[in-house]
Amino acid sequence: MAIRDTLKKLTEAYGPSGEEENVRSMIRDMLNDQVDQIFEDNLGNLFAIRKGQKLKVMVSAHMDEIGVIVTHIDENGFLRIAPVGGISPRLLIGQRLRFNNELIGTVYHEKLKELKELDWPKIYLDIGADDLETAKKLVKIGDLACLDQPFKEQREGRYLAKAMDDRAGCAILVEVINRLPAELPHEVCFVFSVQEELGLRGAKTAAYRYEPDFGLAVDVTTVGDTPKAATMEVSLGKGPAIKVKDNSVLCHPLIRRFMVDVAEKNKIPFQYEVLTRGGTDAGAIHLSREGVPSGALSIPCRYVHTASEIVDKSDLDYAVLLLEKMLLSSWPQMEEINLR
Amino acid sequence: MLAELCDLRGVSGNEENVRKYLLEKLVGTAVETRVDTMGNLLVSKGKSKNGTIMLSAHMDEVGLMIMAVEKNGFLKFSPVGGIDGRILPGKRVRIGTAGIDGVIGVKPVHLQKKDEQKKPFDEESLCIDAGFKNSDEAKQYISVGDYAAFDSFCTEIGDGYYRGKAFDDRTGCLILLRLLMENNGLAFNAAFTVQEEVGTRGAAVAAYTIEPNVALVVEATAASDTPETDEEAAGTNLGKGPAISIMDRTIMVSRKLREELAEVAEKASLPYQYRHFTGAGTEGGVIASSRGGVDTAILAVPCRYIHSPYSVMKESDLNATLGLVRAWLEQRQ
Repeated sequence: MAIRDTLKKLTEAYGPSGEEENVRSMIRDMLNDQVDQIFEDNLGNLFAIRKGQKLKVMVSAHMDEIGVIVTHIDENGFLRIAPVGGISPRLLIGQRLRFNNELIGTVYHEKLKELKELDWPKIYLDIGADDLETAKKLVKIGDLACLDQPFKEQREGRYLAKAMDDRAGCAILVEVINRLPAELPHEVCFVFSVQEELGLRGAKTAAYRYEPDFGLAVDVTTVGDTPKAATMEVSLGKGPAIKVKDNSVLCHPLIRRFMVDVAEKNKIPFQYEVLTRGGTDAGAIHLSREGVPSGALSIPCRYVHTASEIVDKSDLDYAVLLLEKMLLSSWPQMEEINLR
Repeated sequence: MLAELCDLRGVSGNEENVRKYLLEKLVGTAVETRVDTMGNLLVSKGKSKNGTIMLSAHMDEVGLMIMAVEKNGFLKFSPVGGIDGRILPGKRVRIGTAGIDGVIGVKPVHLQKKDEQKKPFDEESLCIDAGFKNSDEAKQYISVGDYAAFDSFCTEIGDGYYRGKAFDDRTGCLILLRLLMENNGLAFNAAFTVQEEVGTRGAAVAAYTIEPNVALVVEATAASDTPETDEEAAGTNLGKGPAISIMDRTIMVSRKLREELAEVAEKASLPYQYRHFTGAGTEGGVIASSRGGVDTAILAVPCRYIHSPYSVMKESDLNATLGLVRAWLEQRQ
């Protein structure tokens, strides 16, 4: 499957944090015979292992997307909702939301004096039910919904969809798994993690279980190339970004240097990412057990955490190439530091 | 027993009184007890054939800590845990292990300027007055770092309602204690944890030690079914039974497990409700992400005016929560 088709399938799937099963089974189907071992853990993380020599590398992309959760149903069948992950109530007005049972709702707000009053308690979800009884047949308290937007190719090589964060990362992992040769220098565990948007929760338990020697997250990052954007030295279409830091991790210099070396050797364009907020799975992996040297490969993405996230195909292709080359190389080994 | 447990002073980091009380009650029961380095009380009633079940309830309550003794003998303090500073003025507290009586004093209304009357008191300006004539006298009785707890006691009000402090989470402690003391043959591990109110610290360590296959946090949660709140914003309601959490700041509750709890409640004809808000935190998060991950759910007794000297809760909710935890354990054996 071309990466565009994988991406279309994955971004259109339903998978807010905690309810990643559709995405998980989709990815399982895509991988079937491509890996040596495939299993899930208690929280729902999917592990796909390719055996190799020597050390263990964990590569993680998260399956979950932002969404909302139903907290109350009123007598007229309207729902009250709360955020799941970093989602702004202002971006939801007039948006369509989709439940796992394909039910569609739209969001609107109570009467407001000023726009700045707009907050979660003021908005509601209309699912077309006229009373409590009808509504209760369609949804339950605690049901989740994701944004409902189809995948579009804006122009050749420009993709627009919901949940690029982080189905783009998942698509890259799937593509790389399909391209890897039989023999690898290191064992690689591809983790499709859960609940990243709620605080890197899946990656934490996944790293504990796998006990990797190295960690790498593949996730989207924000860009600074739009009108009067906050300063950020990452642009769309200039290659994947090698993360220096975000709010969850300061990438290990050895890993960062290794990524740069591999990119330069293979003439792959790249950018450095210095993100002042937000986090990624590497934040949880690098603190697992006694510490795991970790890095992150980021896909430049506009309008992250909205219904219309945009990525560029060339960035995806180069990210696939860079990750593939990294997994075919020897990772830099730390010298044991002995202070005795 | 509810009154005895709630009246104990056990602000986060200083749970000794509660731990002692629980240990005394457990003397003579067929359980294995241990206290870990942090002060968590871990009690084992064995492993069920479906693996290790962990129940947790925290022993600590919100309170204050003395930060400085002022020149004239007044005591400066900091909150320990989430306290709304606006409710503090005029409240009685007891300080230190000796339980010295004090009051959080404020400038009387007669002496306040017009604009002062319109604002809540600035938390920084509040002091505890324990009747000391100067700092030398105060220092004979008080050291910086002493805890102060709300001075209130648990009583029944109306028919089947209770008013008191620390229902969060002595109700949970009571439920676990009852399940340990009764002759029910149920196999589970109970963790009476420390320092929940300052960041669910005890539970993280307890879950690591116990290494459970499944966990249930037994808590008290906020109810705001009072006239000033719209129905959809009430959170939970008194009298509607235990509240099953769907999500809070720390955890996305396993759907399988919360649906299992609802089914058990329906089978046992016990009332239950969902917790209609997703904010605030519980021990659920650190337990769920312990080691390789643990299936975790949260069940809570609804409480009005939580984190204040006087919360109100309903006996029928407490009993239904106990009933539901017991029925769930039975099914899980």
